[in-house]
Amino acid sequence: MSIELFDVEKAFGKTQVLNRLTLTIHEGQTVSIIGGSGSGKSTALKHMVGLLRPDDGEVYVDEQNVSRLDQESLYQLRRNVGYVFQFAALFDSMTIAENVGMGLKRMPDMSGDAIDQRVSECLQMVDLEGTAEKLPSELSGGQRKRAGFARAIATRPKYMLYDEPTTGLDPVTTAVIDELIVRMSDELGVTGVVITHDMKSAFRISDRIAMLYHGGIRFEGTPDELRMCEDPVVKGFIEGRPKLMRLAP
Amino acid sequence: MPYMVDATRAIGRTTLRTVAAVGRFGHLAVDAGRALRKGSLWAPHLVGQMAKIGVASVPIALFVALFTGVVLALQAAYTFTGAVPQYFVGTLVGKTMLLELGPVLTGLALSGRVGAAIAAEIGAMRVTEQIDALETLAYDPVAYLVVPRVIAGATMFPVVVILADALGISAGLGTAVLRLDMSAFEFLKGLRLFFESWDVWFSVIKSASFGLTVTSVGCFFGFHASGGAEGVGRATTRAVVVSTMIILALDAFWAATLLK
Repeated sequence: MSIELFDVEKAFGKTQVLNRLTLTIHEGQTVSIIGGSGSGKSTALKHMVGLLRPDDGEVYVDEQNVSRLDQESLYQLRRNVGYVFQFAALFDSMTIAENVGMGLKRMPDMSGDAIDQRVSECLQMVDLEGTAEKLPSELSGGQRKRAGFARAIATRPKYMLYDEPTTGLDPVTTAVIDELIVRMSDELGVTGVVITHDMKSAFRISDRIAMLYHGGIRFEGTPDELRMCEDPVVKGFIEGRPKLMRLAP
Repeated sequence: MPYMVDATRAIGRTTLRTVAAVGRFGHLAVDAGRALRKGSLWAPHLVGQMAKIGVASVPIALFVALFTGVVLALQAAYTFTGAVPQYFVGTLVGKTMLLELGPVLTGLALSGRVGAAIAAEIGAMRVTEQIDALETLAYDPVAYLVVPRVIAGATMFPVVVILADALGISAGLGTAVLRLDMSAFEFLKGLRLFFESWDVWFSVIKSASFGLTVTSVGCFFGFHASGGAEGVGRATTRAVVVSTMIILALDAFWAATLLK
């Protein structure tokens, strides 16, 4: 059970976003994907759940070719995948409890009581007890993000995809989210892919880190290997030194 | 000469965009047809959408019909003065409301109210990734968002239009009695003179097609919105403009095919 991208290419109009991207995320691992804005990180993530289809190349999740699945098989696969959106993507017209329970309603054999019970558990996990009956507009940005996290984990997915889960959060909430990501992996064996700009988070939560550059992989390795990497593009990015990145061939 | 080249390019680009949009609309229509099987996704939302699209549209439809009926009666009397028996005012008001102005004016008014609201709501969901979120939660967004709105539009527009027809004719009757020195008997005599029950069915068929148009076009432009708030605004405007144009084209089509 892993996520594999082989030579994936994707262009929007004349802009080539992914350029023969090959990446494997092994079972139980948490892999962070880092890279500058527009390097194709979110695009890569969306391919893993079939929200985008590659122009060329193949994407496998659970040994199933995502881009060739029919609609029903794709929905079946998605029941095993939790997706945390960059801006939470909560449904405006629903309460937080209804949002968190949305995925559970699609699960077979889930009674109303079981859904309520699981929603409470998930809200408790992200420290959002007492917000169940509120609308997303009544929550702060950080709370909305945590509610989005609760919605993604509610169905106990085998895979978790996080699109910038800590961007815009205060350091304490960031630590809480990081801890949750680590727990998902360590205690539940969830395979995770995290898109992030937050290097501190990336070092804290990742088994491996991959850096995207111009739509392809520039670096892939453990956090320690990343720290020691001498590639000026990689070093310049993680140290926030754009001049160093410009020295790269 | 460069102007000619620019104009040709612009025409080419517009044609390509239009053909692509028609293709995408066809794709959405096929998906919506397939999604009809997923009753568990759309059925729970149908009554809510019927209330939102139909019941909430009644006041604006009645407002339009009220003044249309008054104006029709006054203009008919003005036109017929001395030449045609006055009871033909009832004929003209009845025929015109049922065959043309009831469905078309209601359809146009509701393309602004209903079509714009649908495009804005679904467009906002698209640009804030809520539709992607539905997909990741294993919900078919076409079944969940499009199907209940389109069914509600196709079934509730006729109800609203029949109410509008009835109020428009009643307003014409009231105007005839109060302003034109006609008796209610005279007006009703004219109304019955050329009345065909088919006229009511014609009104229903037309308005159902308008409901289908307004809601499906609103869903289509909302679904394909992009580019933040500006993109949602653009989608909303296009939904109203395109559904207005289709309503007018359908109006001519139904007249040509059903009134023989």
